[in-house]
Amino acid sequence: MEDPRPTEGQEVHLLRFDRYDRLLHGLLMASFLGLSLTGLPLLFAEERWALRMARLLGGYGVTGLLHRFFASLLIACFLFHLARLLHKVYVRKQRGILWGPDSLVPQPRDVVQMLQHFRWFVGLAPRPRFDRFSYWEKFDYWAVFWGMAIIGGSGLLLWFPGLFARLLPGWVLNVAFVVHGEEALLAVVFIFTVHFFNCHLRPEKFPMDTVMFTGRVTLDELRHERPAEYERIERSGRIHALRVLPAPARLRRAGYLLGAIAVALGLLMVMLTLYALLSA
Amino acid sequence: MDCHADLAHATEFPHPEKPGAPQCASCHAEPVERYAEGVHARALRTKPGGPAATCTDCHGAHDILSSKDRVSRTYHLTLPRTCGRCHGDAETIRRGGIAIGNVAALFEDSIHGQALAKSGLVVAPNCGSCHGYHDIRRANDPKSPVFHANVPATCGRCHEGIRNEYDTSVHAQAVRSGQGTGAVCSDCHTAHAIKAADVPTWRLDVIKECGTCHDESIRTYRDGFHGQASALGFVRVATCADCHGAHGILAQSDHRSRVHPANLVTTCGHCHPRANRSFVQFDPHADPEDRERSRAVFYTARLMKLLLAAVFTFFGIHTVLWFPRSLRERRKSQARSDGRPTAD
Repeated sequence: MEDPRPTEGQEVHLLRFDRYDRLLHGLLMASFLGLSLTGLPLLFAEERWALRMARLLGGYGVTGLLHRFFASLLIACFLFHLARLLHKVYVRKQRGILWGPDSLVPQPRDVVQMLQHFRWFVGLAPRPRFDRFSYWEKFDYWAVFWGMAIIGGSGLLLWFPGLFARLLPGWVLNVAFVVHGEEALLAVVFIFTVHFFNCHLRPEKFPMDTVMFTGRVTLDELRHERPAEYERIERSGRIHALRVLPAPARLRRAGYLLGAIAVALGLLMVMLTLYALLSA
Repeated sequence: MDCHADLAHATEFPHPEKPGAPQCASCHAEPVERYAEGVHARALRTKPGGPAATCTDCHGAHDILSSKDRVSRTYHLTLPRTCGRCHGDAETIRRGGIAIGNVAALFEDSIHGQALAKSGLVVAPNCGSCHGYHDIRRANDPKSPVFHANVPATCGRCHEGIRNEYDTSVHAQAVRSGQGTGAVCSDCHTAHAIKAADVPTWRLDVIKECGTCHDESIRTYRDGFHGQASALGFVRVATCADCHGAHGILAQSDHRSRVHPANLVTTCGHCHPRANRSFVQFDPHADPEDRERSRAVFYTARLMKLLLAAVFTFFGIHTVLWFPRSLRERRKSQARSDGRPTAD
């Protein structure tokens, strides 16, 4: 076996996201973009661009149908993800995803690292030694997790009002309507500004980080960005197990293309949203 | 010479000088008297030489025919064109200061105009059917058939069934009370551009007519699902009239009203067949600003706004601070890969 540590002129690539992670993120992206494109016209129905957008998508009827299609896709993603989590915990006994450095569950050290990150921003402390998931990545994950439950739940209520009114008082539909719209606004603006900046558009990553599409990170990047994880891997000797071939050029190109489409559509929607909010 | 009295003593024919204005009143005293009370005579009095119709403008001069004659200028199917010679002419409208503008064009496209011009229906109204013929009065003249409070009676001459229904409504009550705030036919249907009420565009257009008076209701409607969907051109969604009725709208407190709490299951059930007592607790006019009316929505909206404000404030600051640091990091790593010494 060759030496996995970096040698002159040769980069070592490690697997950060497996194919299911990437597939789910891809489907999540597609459904989120679809839901935003078909939902925003309704949320801002009185804007002139809303009417144009709905017409462009094939009119109100088609827009509503597409919204429900993407919603079903997203719910399927969510359920698949939950099933995977249960499988990891109960079948493969990977309890590490529930607590510890490989877990997405917020832990005390996330607060400490967040405060240190702020101090690093202004030059008062060294960069926090992040592990597998930083606090802002955990926030992204839980924002989407909670968002899917809230938006999905309220969306289903609004999709089948007659059915749910048999179980709940009708004013809950009023609440669901408000929650669905506000949470959608939060999600759209957050993903298309904060998530884009944190993961792709900030100068260190600009124009984008392809790790979510290729699944791969180089050893150099890992050592620089997540020194705590790097050391754990180094110590445990798992480096051989994680080592992969570099991403094929085709996959990298596809990643860039998908990312560019998502950024273009996302920023367009943020601009339309801000325009509607500011002109109201 | 009955018309041109000044020619009675002329000896030479054809008369060399232009005769004075014709004296129609010498025979047609009654129409001329009524004309004198109308808006055209009044315009001539206040603005002599202005563009206002006299007898000959509508009836012709030497070629006057009975209005029953189908080639007459005042024949029932032809009258709109005759009125339109002035009321559809931009120059006359400007000189005469006619505030309502080109009504001839509006009328031509209306269901009444089409019924006359296209279908040739003599039972369809022309200009005179609503405005009168000789004593055409301003709409703010209480004697005018198009005076606000008189409109239901005027339209009701043909649309009697609708008028009977309208007379039971809150709108008719308000008109009768003399407050002048109740909507009459033309407030919703417009005066001249009246469209067929069974076409999709009308279903959506009439919403804003209701909204011209009921501004609170239109605001809360537009903020709800029904109002958003209809704003995007969706027709199969509840508009004002689907819940409140159209002509015989009653107060919510009236037990016969479609929106009386006891009747809501039936009313909502027209579109939502599964509607039950619980379903109708949904408020189509919920107002996130109104704590009394929409307590749950009020607090939910507050909570969501707080959540949005908190998230964006935190990440706003986070991003603004991170950006310059990230820029420096990028320069540093570029310098490193270029082999130059770094600043720190």
